[in-house]
Amino acid sequence: MATPSFLKPKRPVLLLIACLGLGAVPLTGYPDTPAERGLAIVTEADRRDAGWGSLSADLTMVLSNQAGQQSKRLLRLRLLAGQDDGNKTLLMFDHPTDVKGTVLLTHAHKGHDDDQWLYLPALKRVKRIVAAQKAGSFMGSEFAYEDISGQEIARYTYRYLRDDIYEGLDCFVVERYPVDKNSGYTRQVAWLDKAEYRLWKVEYYDRKPALLKTLTMSQYAPYLSRYWRPGEMRMQNHQSGKSTLLTLTNYHLRTGLRDSDFHPGVLDQAH
Amino acid sequence: MRFPRGSYGLVILSVWVHLVGGLVRPTHAAVTWGGFIAAEGRFFTQAAVLPEQRDYDFSLVVQPELSYAWANERDRLTFVPFARLDQQDSHRTHGDIRELYWLHTGEQWKLRFGIAKVFWGVTESQHLVDIINQTDLVENIDGEDKLGQPMVNLTLLRSWGTLDLFVLPGFRERTFPGKHGRLRTIPRVDPDQALFTSRLGRAHVDAAIRWAHRFGDWDVGLAHFYGTSREPLLLPGMAGTRQPVLVPRYDVVNQTSLDLQWTTGSWLWKLEAMTRSGQGDRFAALTTGFEYTFGNVLASGATLGVLAEYLYDSRGRAFPPFFADHIFLGLRLALNDVQSTEALIGTITARRSGATLFSIEASRRMGEHWKLSLEVRVLAHVPASDPVFSIRRDDYVQLELARYF
Repeated sequence: MATPSFLKPKRPVLLLIACLGLGAVPLTGYPDTPAERGLAIVTEADRRDAGWGSLSADLTMVLSNQAGQQSKRLLRLRLLAGQDDGNKTLLMFDHPTDVKGTVLLTHAHKGHDDDQWLYLPALKRVKRIVAAQKAGSFMGSEFAYEDISGQEIARYTYRYLRDDIYEGLDCFVVERYPVDKNSGYTRQVAWLDKAEYRLWKVEYYDRKPALLKTLTMSQYAPYLSRYWRPGEMRMQNHQSGKSTLLTLTNYHLRTGLRDSDFHPGVLDQAH
Repeated sequence: MRFPRGSYGLVILSVWVHLVGGLVRPTHAAVTWGGFIAAEGRFFTQAAVLPEQRDYDFSLVVQPELSYAWANERDRLTFVPFARLDQQDSHRTHGDIRELYWLHTGEQWKLRFGIAKVFWGVTESQHLVDIINQTDLVENIDGEDKLGQPMVNLTLLRSWGTLDLFVLPGFRERTFPGKHGRLRTIPRVDPDQALFTSRLGRAHVDAAIRWAHRFGDWDVGLAHFYGTSREPLLLPGMAGTRQPVLVPRYDVVNQTSLDLQWTTGSWLWKLEAMTRSGQGDRFAALTTGFEYTFGNVLASGATLGVLAEYLYDSRGRAFPPFFADHIFLGLRLALNDVQSTEALIGTITARRSGATLFSIEASRRMGEHWKLSLEVRVLAHVPASDPVFSIRRDDYVQLELARYF
């Protein structure tokens, strides 16, 4: 196996050697503790994905229960990559029809709680809401709010577990621990492929702690030749037997969306 | 703005059903349509105060929506007509154009021209600062249903905040229940005799301005309105056949208001305050309180909100909106289930007399397109001196079944 790029000696190591003269420094710059390696893997995945600018996509969610009954949700997603801070997300609800026109706006922040607004079309009211109920289910699906909001690196601490093969791909297996005490999870285990650092599978462990859900991604396709996005995400809840299939279509990256499109003052006009 | 009753609603309904019937969602993205039709049944649990009032009431509502966008969604035309056909009360049978406006979106500004609805406010028990649209009181006594308001509205989005400027030509008068209606004043209001202190009457052109800004966790709004008050004074009068009635009088007022919200963790702290001059002596009113949300209650994914607000009006009890020194307590439960089951239970209690209005509003989706809503309102301990004395026996249970498109 070729040495992964982040293990090759680079500037940081030379800087550290130079600092030896100043006295207090570790002997190696390689990330080789499991925690450092886990963080390095996730950082590399983030680095490879940088520069996508903005994104829009159509989402279809099919909720299924154990009896085979299904319910559908249709949404449109708009995403703006954060410059110095977290991403901005706009979710427009199209179906079921009684919630059509509802809009959920989230401004994610690196240092503190997200800001969130809900636009209620019946009252024409924009409400700034409490974002703390992250463990709550999104639209009755098996995705919690914290599952669909931005996966900022700083929201977790990491630990590299092992290598593994998933669907024929060589993968890193990294464990991550939510920093926020309001999270519904004690830990998650994520599979990222070594070739492109795409996320393929995540296991979610609840507060008992027991395995609660497994998320699997599929139908990855590259956009603008380098940004990989999944066509399908499937969340299976092992405790309730319910599942949600999220299909993402009509992706557009670098669509020219701006900050003013994600301003709470324009939510009543979002379409 | 009056519309022929009854038949208007049936015309809208039949045209719309023909357009909708058998169609699936339109494929042309520039045109979107939707809306709902609903059947509502109200059951009053006590005998009415007056013999001409009825103990039950059925009605049909239709509210289609049509929207057309062009120029890469920079321009949009929206049309939302409304009609209700009421079995018992001819004054509750009415139609309205809720929205008919053109919106142009610029780089950091928006211009809206036509009939539209604007909401201002942060509190739950009442909406003191929400002044732009007239209340369609005959729809629901909670005052949340509004009539369309003609306007020219310019919104500027800047780094120092959002500035909204309004020119409001065309005044809408408040709707009131008629002789056979419940939940009304005794004696009834006679809107045909409405008085205006301004010589221009309904033709008076009103104006409003609002600045809103977010400072981290704080949201502030400051607004001023000059024009015909949406809230009339109800004065004793006479109808032709020597029947006592109440006559609405609309004064030209200046109203300045502040709305404030502090969002921190699971807390929302809210304040709405206003002062008005031109309708008798200058007075002030405020609503202030908080909402705390418990997430993932009993690990079920449900959320439970606890709400408390204090309502104050310096005029005392004699004038609408009747909440002069009251406390609101509420619980908001959302199951976050597939059927989006949710409920809001609350009480508004007068601090001195103990008169209490108890409310339940709950709803649940049925299938993919239907929604069942329940509304219960009960009044208790209402002394004769309280302005809500006339509705003391108008406790009701209401069920509404709506089909959405």
